[in-house]
Amino acid sequence: MAADQSKIRNFCIIAHIDHGKSTLADRIIEKTGLLTSREMQSQVLDNMELERERGITIKSQAVRTVYRAEDGEEYIFNLIDTPGHVDFNYEVSRSLAACDGAVLVVDAAQGIEAQTMANVYLALDHGLEVFPVINKIDLPSAEPQRVIDEIEDIIGIEAQDAPQISAKSGINIEEVLEQIVKKIPAPSGDPEAPLQALIFDSVYDSYKGVIVFCRIKEGTVKKGTRIRFMATGAEFETVEIGYFGAGQFIPCDELSAGMVGYVTASIKNVRDTRVGDTVTDAERPCAEPLPGYKKVTPMVYCGLYPADGAKYNDLRDALEKLQLNDASLQFEPETSIALGFGYRCGFLGLLHLEIIQERLEREYNLDLVTTAPGVVYKVYKTNGEMMELTNPSNLPDPAEIEYMEEPVVKAEIMVTTEFIGAIMGLCQERRGVYMGTEYMEDTRALLRYELPLNEIIYDFFDALKSRSRGYASFDYELKGYEKSELVKLDILINKEQVDALSFIVHADTAYERGRRMCEKLKEEIPRHLFEIPIQAAIGNRIIARETVKAMRKDVLAKCYGGDISRKRKLLEKQKEGKKRMRQVGNVEIPQKAFMSVLKLDDK
Amino acid sequence: MSGVRRTPLELYVHVPFCIRKCAYCDFVSGPADAEEMAGYVKALLSEIQAAGRMEKVSGYEVVSVFFGGGTPSILKASDVERVLKSIRMVFFMEEGAEITLEANPGTLTPEKLTAYRRAGINRLSLGLQSSDDRELALLGRIHTFDVFLESYRMVRDAGFSNVNVDLMAALPGQTEVSFRKSLEAVAELEPVPPEHVSVYSLIIEEGTPFYAAYHEQAEARAAGEADTGLLPSEEAERNMYYMARSFLKERGYDRYEISNFSRAGYECRHNIGYWTGVSYLGFGISASSYIEGKRFINGEDRKAYVEAMGELEEKRNSGAVLRKVRREEEIVTKDRAMEEFMFLGLRMMCGVSEKRFAERFGVSMEEIYGPVLEKMARDGLMVRDGIRSAWKLTEAGIDVSNYVLADFLL
Repeated sequence: MAADQSKIRNFCIIAHIDHGKSTLADRIIEKTGLLTSREMQSQVLDNMELERERGITIKSQAVRTVYRAEDGEEYIFNLIDTPGHVDFNYEVSRSLAACDGAVLVVDAAQGIEAQTMANVYLALDHGLEVFPVINKIDLPSAEPQRVIDEIEDIIGIEAQDAPQISAKSGINIEEVLEQIVKKIPAPSGDPEAPLQALIFDSVYDSYKGVIVFCRIKEGTVKKGTRIRFMATGAEFETVEIGYFGAGQFIPCDELSAGMVGYVTASIKNVRDTRVGDTVTDAERPCAEPLPGYKKVTPMVYCGLYPADGAKYNDLRDALEKLQLNDASLQFEPETSIALGFGYRCGFLGLLHLEIIQERLEREYNLDLVTTAPGVVYKVYKTNGEMMELTNPSNLPDPAEIEYMEEPVVKAEIMVTTEFIGAIMGLCQERRGVYMGTEYMEDTRALLRYELPLNEIIYDFFDALKSRSRGYASFDYELKGYEKSELVKLDILINKEQVDALSFIVHADTAYERGRRMCEKLKEEIPRHLFEIPIQAAIGNRIIARETVKAMRKDVLAKCYGGDISRKRKLLEKQKEGKKRMRQVGNVEIPQKAFMSVLKLDDK
Repeated sequence: MSGVRRTPLELYVHVPFCIRKCAYCDFVSGPADAEEMAGYVKALLSEIQAAGRMEKVSGYEVVSVFFGGGTPSILKASDVERVLKSIRMVFFMEEGAEITLEANPGTLTPEKLTAYRRAGINRLSLGLQSSDDRELALLGRIHTFDVFLESYRMVRDAGFSNVNVDLMAALPGQTEVSFRKSLEAVAELEPVPPEHVSVYSLIIEEGTPFYAAYHEQAEARAAGEADTGLLPSEEAERNMYYMARSFLKERGYDRYEISNFSRAGYECRHNIGYWTGVSYLGFGISASSYIEGKRFINGEDRKAYVEAMGELEEKRNSGAVLRKVRREEEIVTKDRAMEEFMFLGLRMMCGVSEKRFAERFGVSMEEIYGPVLEKMARDGLMVRDGIRSAWKLTEAGIDVSNYVLADFLL
């Protein structure tokens, strides 16, 4: 049965972190009655434990619910969840492309924040109808009218009739549902046209193979349809099609233009089903793929090592499993003198890296050591060869190097005018080349810069936020490679070079970086029985030095009244500290030191 | 029944009262009026009796009792007497058991001391902390050195022949010179110096007024920085300990435990019990117990404690009432018992005996801890006493004792 397009609403929810996106999603699912309250986990959409803890949504997902509106009709709601970080910008854009409208959630106390603006503009760019919802009106500090005015002034969308709700307490949720029906347009598209479907996500299931999440733009897909993925050219016969119940897949006979659902076709690898690609009918293909497809390539590389060398094979198995679900993750084996056997892995960005690292630790129970993240450099050698360098340790002898190139991005930074100076200062420090400013309205501007990628992967995002008090958003795309004056900075701990801490840096900032790394390592490395020098060097030249003093003597703590548990806790803490150490020479380095040295805070 | 060998048991009685809370103190204690104190003592008596019904007391013999605080000497002598009487009714008490009461200078009178003696207190522990009035004032102590001298004289006059004096190192404003003066003042007390001296470092504990005032300095010190404000530097602090060790040795005090020094035969039995795995029962709020292979701590809420104990008079189910106040019950498994044997035992200067370990656990120390012992010996932090087949900390090991002890957790 082909569903009546006029009764379908495909939408997403846009919100700044903590403004209540997931809670509103829960309420919508609850009010549309697909689940009983008992079945509700508190946040249905964020089903990964990790997502819940970080309070952000990593992978987009979708859910279909049925709503009986005031007009007496039943509407199908397809709520598509979107990730919210610049690392996943491409995924966000594909999720938005699968929607016809967006609900913008704004916190009644906090008002509009940078991320809200970036996402709203992204949604408007995709031609989505956006209507605002003022959340958390039951907070004592709520100022709904101020926020409404702000939305109208800054974003420029009508907000006077925005539902004023509390997703947490379930206040005024019906009004949101009604506005979804009234304000978000029904999808269009011809069910009889050649199939044209947009992939906005995919997950790997060990029984069904890859489950492809898609929005049907034109045509119809049925069980048994031979489908083709236009970018990769791969062809499969569909085994199952269906839509998304809350937390479950519900099979159906067909999906036609305007609908959101999934397709399985015994696909073994997510690499065949790239997000943004177009699915068509192999026998009756559409003329053009949908616009906007990009092949996602890793931007950031780092080494991942098992803390326990014996877990090397477990790490490989875990990476392979994660890769089934995440085509943007890449890895290959490497060895380090300090860390043993591990993998050099490629990621979309630093958040992506941290998420993979945490999933490996949590879901696969691996204890990991991560090395400094870096980008891919091009090294042109005197013998005419060019090598792509992802691991600083592989840098050839300086005598063999003709010159080096580093990746440069085109960055757009949206910022309220009062912070323009601060942000320009930051870009300057990060070797940015100023390309221009555009004023969006009186209070906001768009700064354009070209920035070396290695200057933004570590802590640029944090620095941007802190210098703009949160009111800056940032997007970038790779521009290409440019020649640059780069050097390898080595770190020596107790006179021994630690290969896992080496990294490539611009010659002008090497001294400053080296100094800050030594300072940071001094904080991270616990005091030993002996004094430990920490040095930064370029070649044989020491450019910075710090010293970790010998271990502090214990004070004569009173162990009073037989409170042995207190003493035990103290010792357990000490023991815990010892466990996470990596032995380098005769120095024990905490595993997190390998990573944290690169988060050199922007003071 | 004669001829029955009973298991030694220690008792601890917590007295959570003081005239005024010292600025560094994070023990459960505070000022209270006479009525509150009376109510608390009554609750203590109920708990002692309930414990008597609950625990298999007939198999135990009390070898020491310790009244700690707070300031136990704030109690009326008759209250102390009632508590001890109650203990004697419930438990077998060894002839010559060590019965200690902590006392603060300024809370004692000759009459009170005589009554304590009569009640059976045979050891007094006096919190002097420093002989420097300026340091005492900074600590928030209620007494001056002169007041202490007066109290000490009273204690001796009342006939107490086993007396401990507590000193503290690393106080704000303290120097190595002023610390030495405190040591000298103690060693020269009249008519005879104390039989026992303990020296602890001041620890800046969270939740105390000192924390607000000094924790930044304490952190700077922990990070090895040179500027530690009013707090003595790490080096000065350590020198104070070394000074205490050598000075007290010269004056005939033997260091039998990391921070306790005594004349021969005057080691604090109660304290040693904690380090050597003797069972103990604690009464009163925040008191710890270790009995029948279990450790637990009474809750810290005084009102809840007094209320719960009040129920004992009506109800016969003592177990249910006691469980209401007991917290953090921990079963001491064999692994934990072995860990404790090591990390507690190593506080004793005589160390941990291989023979006793094997007797207790049916496995050799070497088998369980061989690699750790070897590493510690190699780093010069521990040494094996071949004559007594015992392992102990070296001076270097004492300096970093927590680092060493943590390695004995399995």
